[in-house]
Amino acid sequence: MSQSQPPSSATTRRRFFTQAGAGVALLALAPGVRLAELAVAASDDEPVTDAHRWGLWVDTSRCASGCDACVSACNDEHGLTGMGRPETDAQWIRKVDLKDETTGREVSLPLMCQHCEEPPCVDVCPTGASFRREDGIVLVDKHICIGCRYCMMACPFHARSFIHEDLSGQKTHSPRGKGVVESCTLCVHRVDENRAPACVDACADAGHHALVFGDLNDAQGPLASALAREETDELRSDLKLNTAVRYSGV
Amino acid sequence: MARIGGNQLCRTGIVSLFLGCAVLWAPVVGHSDVATPKIPAAQGGQCVEPVEIMRRDHFDFLKHDRDKTVHEGIRTIKHSLAGCIDCHATKNASGQFVPINAEGEFCQTCHTYAAVKIDCFTCHATVPAVKMSQSP
Amino acid sequence: MTSSVTFQILRPSSGFWLTAGIAAALAILGLAAAHHMEVEGHYVTGMNNRVVWGLPHVFAVFLIVSASGALNAASISSVFGQSLYKPLSRISGLLAMALLVGGLTVLVLDLGRPDRLIIAMTYYNFESIFAWNIFLYTGFLIVVAVYLWMMFEPRMNRFTRPAGTVSFIWRLVLTTGTGSIFGFLVAREAFDSAVLAPMFIAMSLSFGTAVTLLAMMLGSRLGQAPVNHEILARLRTLLAYFVIAVAFFVAIDHLTRLYAAGHTGVERFLLVEGGIYPWLFWVGQGLLGTVIPVILLLTPRFAGVSQTVFASLLVLLGAFAQLYVLIIGGQAFPMDIFPGYIEKSTYYDGVVAGYAPSLPELVLGLGGIGLAALIALVAVRVLPFLPQGSVKQPAG
Repeated sequence: MSQSQPPSSATTRRRFFTQAGAGVALLALAPGVRLAELAVAASDDEPVTDAHRWGLWVDTSRCASGCDACVSACNDEHGLTGMGRPETDAQWIRKVDLKDETTGREVSLPLMCQHCEEPPCVDVCPTGASFRREDGIVLVDKHICIGCRYCMMACPFHARSFIHEDLSGQKTHSPRGKGVVESCTLCVHRVDENRAPACVDACADAGHHALVFGDLNDAQGPLASALAREETDELRSDLKLNTAVRYSGV
Repeated sequence: MARIGGNQLCRTGIVSLFLGCAVLWAPVVGHSDVATPKIPAAQGGQCVEPVEIMRRDHFDFLKHDRDKTVHEGIRTIKHSLAGCIDCHATKNASGQFVPINAEGEFCQTCHTYAAVKIDCFTCHATVPAVKMSQSP
Repeated sequence: MTSSVTFQILRPSSGFWLTAGIAAALAILGLAAAHHMEVEGHYVTGMNNRVVWGLPHVFAVFLIVSASGALNAASISSVFGQSLYKPLSRISGLLAMALLVGGLTVLVLDLGRPDRLIIAMTYYNFESIFAWNIFLYTGFLIVVAVYLWMMFEPRMNRFTRPAGTVSFIWRLVLTTGTGSIFGFLVAREAFDSAVLAPMFIAMSLSFGTAVTLLAMMLGSRLGQAPVNHEILARLRTLLAYFVIAVAFFVAIDHLTRLYAAGHTGVERFLLVEGGIYPWLFWVGQGLLGTVIPVILLLTPRFAGVSQTVFASLLVLLGAFAQLYVLIIGGQAFPMDIFPGYIEKSTYYDGVVAGYAPSLPELVLGLGGIGLAALIALVAVRVLPFLPQGSVKQPAG
């Protein structure tokens, strides 16, 4: 139902500021000016824009083997309660333990939706239920997902889960149910409130600080500056997906 | 934009068909033995829209605003399902919220009367959110 | 032989009622299985978060691929002017439509939300090959229906050839589209290959011709008409060559991966170490589905009806083995997310995914075959699809 009245002058003004902010951010003319605040202040009732691109840096040198604080936090945040059937239970984030075949070096890291810029899941989805928000977060619109699972065939990271049974007791901020596909939302409900994803907070609370959340477009922000400083890579880089989640040490 | 919402036309057709049927059946329904549902009272004050408009258009409001939230990240929408539940959910004797899609509760009472299946609660929470302390 | 082929409505016999009864029972059981899967959720199937497409997709892809191949006899008759095949032209079009409806029904009933079919038809993402296939499939049904109308209506017969040409081109595109569903999956080593598109076209010719042969022999049995042995002989040879063509593309597909150094792991899995998958490949598709039927079909001594039925059934057995290895084996092999590392996780990273087909899946798949057969049987009962019983033996 479209509201019939014309956009108020306040709305127009806000839109102008958002766009102006985006333009300045792209030009990066004013070092030290925190553009993030300006845009976030306007983002409550304006569509998200590509002024931001949210992402993560996983510093595997800080990630502890055997620690799964991020996984538990994700499960709590989104109400992911298993049915005791590991092959069909949903997992939005998982800990993977790696051992170099030649040198025997061991690495532990969390793996979740990589929020690709060119997401194969979005390409293949017949209805457009798999989509990429303007700010780079890849989501499933469960209202129009028909449960064909083609996105799960296409995802190069096994990041998606299909809900194999009826659920109850869902969280208000994280609707999920039988017959549709879901995956890490980068805690979009928290990002929209200017908060970091649950896994990131949990990792910091556990004292590891292996996960850094931020805006890839904000050169002064914690994420972009860390990525400019550290040697990082994207997983399956041969597929040229330009993922928003970057790893160090693999 | 690759998504096309082509069911508008289809729905207009179905609605007209139902309206046509409603006119034909009006005398029968007027004498119906089926009791009009007793809908539990809301907790809050004024609804976001007048009752008559909500009865007729609530699904359109919800659908419109859900797209705004899911795709555009706008969370200050006027018509949110969570908002409905916050006002209309009732508590049982032991002070626990009753799922809004349980028989006799706000959503289900009317939907049983109208014989329309609700698809919202396959995924959505049926009780108000537990308010969490927001970390700074 | 002149083009004065006449067609008849099938008269019901006890054999007809028995066949139709079996087909209807399969279709109803398939519906019940789908209902069970929808009410309980997909955990009652063998499918899981690693093997997301299972037995229903093997059946659905088999039926859809066979559908486009079943149109072969009609195409040879009206597009390539081989009037010998004219007696088969109508049944060929009917089979194409019936098989496609059967396959699509299985595909739709396996969806997580089959009740949202209307969404699949109103929201489109045109970057998705799947969305394009929705148009290709529904369009195929319309194109073939028009083609059949041109064949049935004497005043329209002169348009049979253009309608047949459109159907022929459409079905080539359709099969390419079906193959591309898998061929465009860059993330998976077993699928990501351009060879899949021509391979699917070869598969459609092979599967479709085998189904046409079986339908032709069943039709003459139910209609108590003699089998047209000249068509039979031609189709047998064609089928043999189509089976060899499939084997050729399968060999190319495996050889290209064997040659590329990084992909030997997936080949070792599919061809040697992968448990059931190498068995299905070598024994199911290779021996039973290729070598034996090709020998049977090319040896004049085995040209009888029962040997042909046997050979055609073997081709179809090989078809199922091939699709099982392709679809399920391709998913079971782990993706190499971290090359050079041994992976361990709670989500089966780095290990072969398990898949055990469940009864509901099998019944749903068989239901699709039942539905296709039922549609074809009802159609030949109400419209003159089958050639007249006293079909003239062509002179020389």
